[in-house]
Amino acid sequence: MKRRILPVIAALAGAGLVALLIYGVSHQAASRTLDERVASGHYPPAPNAATELPILGGDGKSSLAALRGKVVVLNFWASWCRPCEQEAPLLQRTQARLHQMDGTVLGVADLDNTPDSRRFVRHYHLSYPNLRDTTGEFAHFYGTDQLPESFVIDRRGRIVAISRGEIDESFLNHALALARSA
Amino acid sequence: MRRPALAPLCPALAPLCLALALLWLAPAFTGDASASQPPRASLTGIERQVMCVTCKIPLNVAESPQADRERAFIRELIDGGLDEAQIKHALVGQYGSTVLALPPASGFDLTVYLVPAAVVAALAALLATLLVRWRRRGEGPAEAAEEAPPLSASDASRLEADLSRFD
Repeated sequence: MKRRILPVIAALAGAGLVALLIYGVSHQAASRTLDERVASGHYPPAPNAATELPILGGDGKSSLAALRGKVVVLNFWASWCRPCEQEAPLLQRTQARLHQMDGTVLGVADLDNTPDSRRFVRHYHLSYPNLRDTTGEFAHFYGTDQLPESFVIDRRGRIVAISRGEIDESFLNHALALARSA
Repeated sequence: MRRPALAPLCPALAPLCLALALLWLAPAFTGDASASQPPRASLTGIERQVMCVTCKIPLNVAESPQADRERAFIRELIDGGLDEAQIKHALVGQYGSTVLALPPASGFDLTVYLVPAAVVAALAALLATLLVRWRRRGEGPAEAAEEAPPLSASDASRLEADLSRFD
């Protein structure tokens, strides 16, 4: 009996380490569950919509949930990202379109420092609200592992279209039509 | 009472000891404030202690636009006169605690400190156990000889006869 204790303890410790490794790897990896559900037409609710994030260039916090009832283009970006620069003028034009239909673009600066983010917003004359994801946790819930990424959300708070990469006019036209009809 | 052997050296060493003591205490007497302040932060020193938050590798080996922005941000803070602790605090404010190469010892991050300690302790325990077993095995044959069953009367007399032939 005594001789068996040591191998059992060693096996348990090994299993614990492997479990820890699996947890660490799965926690780091970006999930594609949202993409699969959107592709199948079962529009998922925007995850962690109630998470409050600091407002870029302002005091206090806000959340995606505060925009419930509006069509929202949720855009993750960072000031160092070239494709984010490329799509910024399109997003600003989209904001003008969405404003007329009681919708908005919501930018989320992902792991970007405040001075650089502010310079970016000023440079591209972005008039839509922007929040700061200072830990990357909010972006992680959306499976974001590259920038920019955009999620089009309907008035009921469901994701109807996803773009992992730079958006273009045709994606936005199609996604906004879906969001309005959903 | 015998004098210690080194005693004759003391008068000769006294001026030297005094000079060293004065040198050590000099900053306090001259009111040099910089001596009590933390050393000036350096980019290379901080780079080693923080991560590139998107590439998930230490900043001193990271080559990416994000890493360049982080370096530029740190340079701005150094130029602003902040010390190392203040800069790290500012970085955490901008990028969260994951920017630190060594995360805070709380929550799940505690495993970063506990797991290696537990592994070392387990290995030490395993080594100790194996050593004890190895030593016991070394002593094994002697104990076995001591605990051998007694010889029968015929075997004993035969053994006595054999041994007497060698005397």
